[in-house]
Amino acid sequence: MSAASLGTRVLRQGGYEAATMLRNGEQLVLAIALPLLVLFGLVVTPVLDGFGGSRIDVAVPGVVALCAMSTAFTGQGISTGFDRRYGVLRFLSTTPLGRAGLIFGKVLGVGLVLAVQLAVIGTAALVLGWRPDPSGLLPALVLLIPGAAAFTALGLLVAGTLRPEATLAVTNLLWILLAVGGGVVLPADILPAAVQPFIKVLPSAALGEGLRDALVQGSINLPALLLLTAWAAVASLAAIRWFKWS
Amino acid sequence: MLNGVDISARKGSVTALLGANGAGKTTTLECAQGLQRPDGGVIRLLGEDPWHAGAHLRSRVGVMLQEGGLPPSSRPLPLLRHVAGMYGNPRDLDGLVTRLGIDAFASTGIRRLSGGQKQRLALACALVGNPEVVFLDEPSAGLDPQSRSIVFDLIGELREEGLAIILTTHLLDDAQKLADYVYIMEAGHTVAQGTVAELTAHDDGGFREIRFEAPQQLVLPETLFGHLLAVELKPGRYSISGNLTPNDLAVLARWWADCEILPTSITMTSRSLEDVFLDISGRNAR
Repeated sequence: MSAASLGTRVLRQGGYEAATMLRNGEQLVLAIALPLLVLFGLVVTPVLDGFGGSRIDVAVPGVVALCAMSTAFTGQGISTGFDRRYGVLRFLSTTPLGRAGLIFGKVLGVGLVLAVQLAVIGTAALVLGWRPDPSGLLPALVLLIPGAAAFTALGLLVAGTLRPEATLAVTNLLWILLAVGGGVVLPADILPAAVQPFIKVLPSAALGEGLRDALVQGSINLPALLLLTAWAAVASLAAIRWFKWS
Repeated sequence: MLNGVDISARKGSVTALLGANGAGKTTTLECAQGLQRPDGGVIRLLGEDPWHAGAHLRSRVGVMLQEGGLPPSSRPLPLLRHVAGMYGNPRDLDGLVTRLGIDAFASTGIRRLSGGQKQRLALACALVGNPEVVFLDEPSAGLDPQSRSIVFDLIGELREEGLAIILTTHLLDDAQKLADYVYIMEAGHTVAQGTVAELTAHDDGGFREIRFEAPQQLVLPETLFGHLLAVELKPGRYSISGNLTPNDLAVLARWWADCEILPTSITMTSRSLEDVFLDISGRNAR
């Protein structure tokens, strides 16, 4: 006859979302296995040679950006799409959690999974000889917040407007395309000059470049921070405007 | 599209919205639950506008959606615990789980549950917060006979506890068994309302149906039952229905005597909710 407090509700929903994602086999592949694989691939091949640091130092920021994309955009988008199909969103919105609590819970769930990913990737990277610039750790975390927010909002936008099967296809396809050609793990400078201006305004490139600047050089990439904040704001407004609960 | 829906539900009683698929039952519930916003009209849920419901109001209301709203990748007990965690004063979980027989499949993946098991779990999710008002959209859909009696008994107990229960059904039998008050809906509006007794007694004008079986095939004399409907259901089985008078019974008995027939069975029933429903549907179809 009474509701748990707002904080408790959001914490519980966030924990539930994170546990659901981490128990799901496909999500684990996307969130942990593939980023680890990419990390090893970038360390044993010479693709990242000549970018102002050791292979591992240049690789880790990109892999972190990839993690944020896989969890916030693809993983969260797919689970939200299917929850919408099965009426889970509608049911939970009738409990004290409500619509807003549900969204905050999802954002928290993404944050929790991202923390697990950072721990796993960070440990693996340190073992492989990663030596980040300590002065860049805080800027990197600051950059991750609007980055994860932007991808979460984009994932919600796709999940809330398309059928779940289409969401599955679109978010997976975009993940692969952006991972390869979106300036995430491979710096956008590798790409043909003609497409670079378009790629560099994408949230993927902004997050990848920004994290590399922070963790390799210890510098703050202000344009990337602003760009990610703008993406987060626009995508959130679009999600609020077009998200369908049923 | 709803137009002309006027419904109220009281504490300690079961209110049923009865109607065919597409009559507007679910839409009506969704407006009352705050899941849809009506373009016009007034809805009050425990005195408040459900569309702007805050956490406190939502904590007083339990909802069982038609499609269940259960995540297939979850398991019954963890899901129930999670939903219970949203409330300040949840129901005793073990009691609810035992009562609804959920303990038998507590850790089976939800996607592998039968329709009846899913319905029972969805009901548990609606009740776990200790609500004062419960909305149940087609609670008997997909229930096997055993689940059905468990669910129906529980709904009866909730009524005794003083909850206001609003449910939809397209099964007349459900409404007749469960409901204190029935609204019949058709094409987006309420076309009849009343207690089951009122609806079935109301202007039935002595409507009765007599069914009897005879040891051999008969030819029903048309003139004998002038104002009644006499039909052969199948060879040897007959139905006489209409506004029967005591005299009609005497005429029928005399006819049996004249033909030297001793029926092997005779039953007489009054109007059922089904007749009311068919009357209304038939009238509107014409």
